[in-house]
Amino acid sequence: MSAPTAPRPVVSTTPRPVMLGMPALPPTSPRGVGNLRGDESFPAFARHSLQDAQLRRNLGNATQTIRGKREQVVAEVDDWQELREAGRQLKVHTMAQLETYLPQLEAAVTAQGGVVHWARDATEANQIAIDLIQAKGVDEVVKVKSMATAEIGLNEALEAAGIAAVETDLAELIVQLGHDKPSHILVPAIHRNRSEIREIFLREMEGVDPELTDEPAALAGAARRHLRRKFLSAKVAISGANFAIAETGTLAVVESEGNGRMCLTLPETLITIMGIEKLVPRWSDLEVFLQLLPRSSTGERMNPYTSMWTGVTPGDGPQEFHLILLDNGRTAVLADGEGRDALNCIRCSACLNVCPVYERAGGHAYGSVYPGPIGAILSPMLTGIEDNASLPYASSLCGACYDVCPVKINIPEILVHLRASHTETYAAEHRRPSVEATAMKAVAWVMSNPTRWKLALRSGRIGRILGRQRGMIGEVPLPLAKQWTDARDIPQPPQQTFRDWWAKEHKES
Amino acid sequence: MSSAKDDILSRVRQAHVAAPPPALGYADVAREYRTTSELGLDAMRELLIDRLLDYKALVRPTRAADLATTVAAALADRGVLTAVVPPGLPPEWLAETDVEVRFDGGLNQPPISVADLDQMGAVITGCATAVAETGTLVLDASGDQGRRVISLIPDYHLCVVRPENICADVPQALARLEGTRPLTMISGPSATSDIELNRVEGVHGPRTLEVIVVTDPVGEVPH
Repeated sequence: MSAPTAPRPVVSTTPRPVMLGMPALPPTSPRGVGNLRGDESFPAFARHSLQDAQLRRNLGNATQTIRGKREQVVAEVDDWQELREAGRQLKVHTMAQLETYLPQLEAAVTAQGGVVHWARDATEANQIAIDLIQAKGVDEVVKVKSMATAEIGLNEALEAAGIAAVETDLAELIVQLGHDKPSHILVPAIHRNRSEIREIFLREMEGVDPELTDEPAALAGAARRHLRRKFLSAKVAISGANFAIAETGTLAVVESEGNGRMCLTLPETLITIMGIEKLVPRWSDLEVFLQLLPRSSTGERMNPYTSMWTGVTPGDGPQEFHLILLDNGRTAVLADGEGRDALNCIRCSACLNVCPVYERAGGHAYGSVYPGPIGAILSPMLTGIEDNASLPYASSLCGACYDVCPVKINIPEILVHLRASHTETYAAEHRRPSVEATAMKAVAWVMSNPTRWKLALRSGRIGRILGRQRGMIGEVPLPLAKQWTDARDIPQPPQQTFRDWWAKEHKES
Repeated sequence: MSSAKDDILSRVRQAHVAAPPPALGYADVAREYRTTSELGLDAMRELLIDRLLDYKALVRPTRAADLATTVAAALADRGVLTAVVPPGLPPEWLAETDVEVRFDGGLNQPPISVADLDQMGAVITGCATAVAETGTLVLDASGDQGRRVISLIPDYHLCVVRPENICADVPQALARLEGTRPLTMISGPSATSDIELNRVEGVHGPRTLEVIVVTDPVGEVPH
């Protein structure tokens, strides 16, 4: 189920507005390329995705299951909080020392026979990949699932250059064959049920058995046969990377199905595209992340396969290795002192699985390859907040994401920071305050005086009439109030204000 | 015209001027998580077997003296006709089996082609280390493990774990491994949960993993 696509403007790098007297900031990721921006705001999209009963059922079931598994394996680890803190500090340290670690990584990879490329943005990264593939004279490549390549719109760019990119992760294959978009970082096809998947395979998979049932084992078997042919003949593979070790130049891919092993081992040429924030200082630091990631993402003690390689090993695996280091707005995030912790993300998706908003609205509603709580902070910072202005509001600020984040990203705090940034940017660009800013000013005026506040509380009881039927106040058709309440329900005010209750309770004393 | 590398590093500097990061040195990073283990060899081995079974791997404990017999039995039970082995596999492990064994490369022999590997029924390897806490086998392309491709293509992987391979947890494992070698960490046969979150074993990679765990010497071994 995908949103209608409007033609995208072809605009190059969009710099952020420069205020007189302040130094320029790193650019955000450019418009017109990649998949960081939706066509509708979050509330607009959510309004129709909330009606999709199958999506909600699948997603609710999936997230509940993963939540349970995660809780169980985390409970086994008696030093979990210490690991989280170490993970957080390692990431904070690494981001602070990127200027040292990035060249160190390059040197280590190069020393082992790899080639390192740098890409300022999505367009540049795509072009480097295209040039490398065309130099090999092939028109088909196999891909391991990679958020970074989805972010930059690599498949679309390759297709425009006449190169077919075969997704080899089962869920990405389902999404690709279904001409669809992923809805979850870890289980991208969760919005599809088995009979839909069977239909997609029957329709799009060459050589598929017409008697194919919708048993998950049969579907997985069909995918295995279909992809095995591709694996055994592929000349070029494209991957992302979960981690890169600056000290040794080692890259790591964490996976479950074995398609990663296939893509990383069989072809002659391997191209890895990786965001610059995936760096880890030393080999031994993996001891922290290899414990945090599998338990947080799939709720396992360890995922089935983790592959690690450094440059090229003669006689074993690809004999040509290229690493493309990607910025695409990450340095812009780095320049935001209150938001840069979003770069610490290790893409586990624990926050998605615990978010009540994500569970109901689904991933497509966020309009970006990064959905859910992390997406609500990372997507606007990568693109510049005005291109994803509704995302920081797609949250009830319950904080469950912060509790489960393995590297302790304070997502609620960053959400509030981005909301503040948005109201300021909006005011500067439109020369008038936004709805939120006006409403907040009004509330501030009332709250700053005890008599006004008491009166407001008293008159708030009128809200009981509005919410009489279902105990909740829905849309309030008054100016200003409407924009706030058309996507939010407010509980009915209680019968008695707290002050009245207190006064009554303490009458005797 | 500056290079992309220069631009990106300059942007990093720019970002750090705009928002100075905290002064947190590498040596200052809090390391209060567990890095040592109190488990003795027997306890680790028991935990390893438990975790392997939990991951749906097949497990055959065996005494060292019976290793060749156990290898033969596993291959026979599986109905294997041809097996690929790495050039450095101890030949005594194969003493009792009459399966057709092909060594991959090594002295004067070319490496086996992918097409041929696809026809072989089994691969037999040792391991660099076996992690008890997570049930993980780690291959590092050493002589008794071989090129990564040989443990990837065949549908059945028979792996021998000796007492000296076993370690307690992930920190211990990483301390034993050489980061720049091609490493494969295996925790059970391949699986996916992408279809309605139903876990299905066996997508790509060997669909059956069988582990022979050598159970002696008995007793505590310092590690």
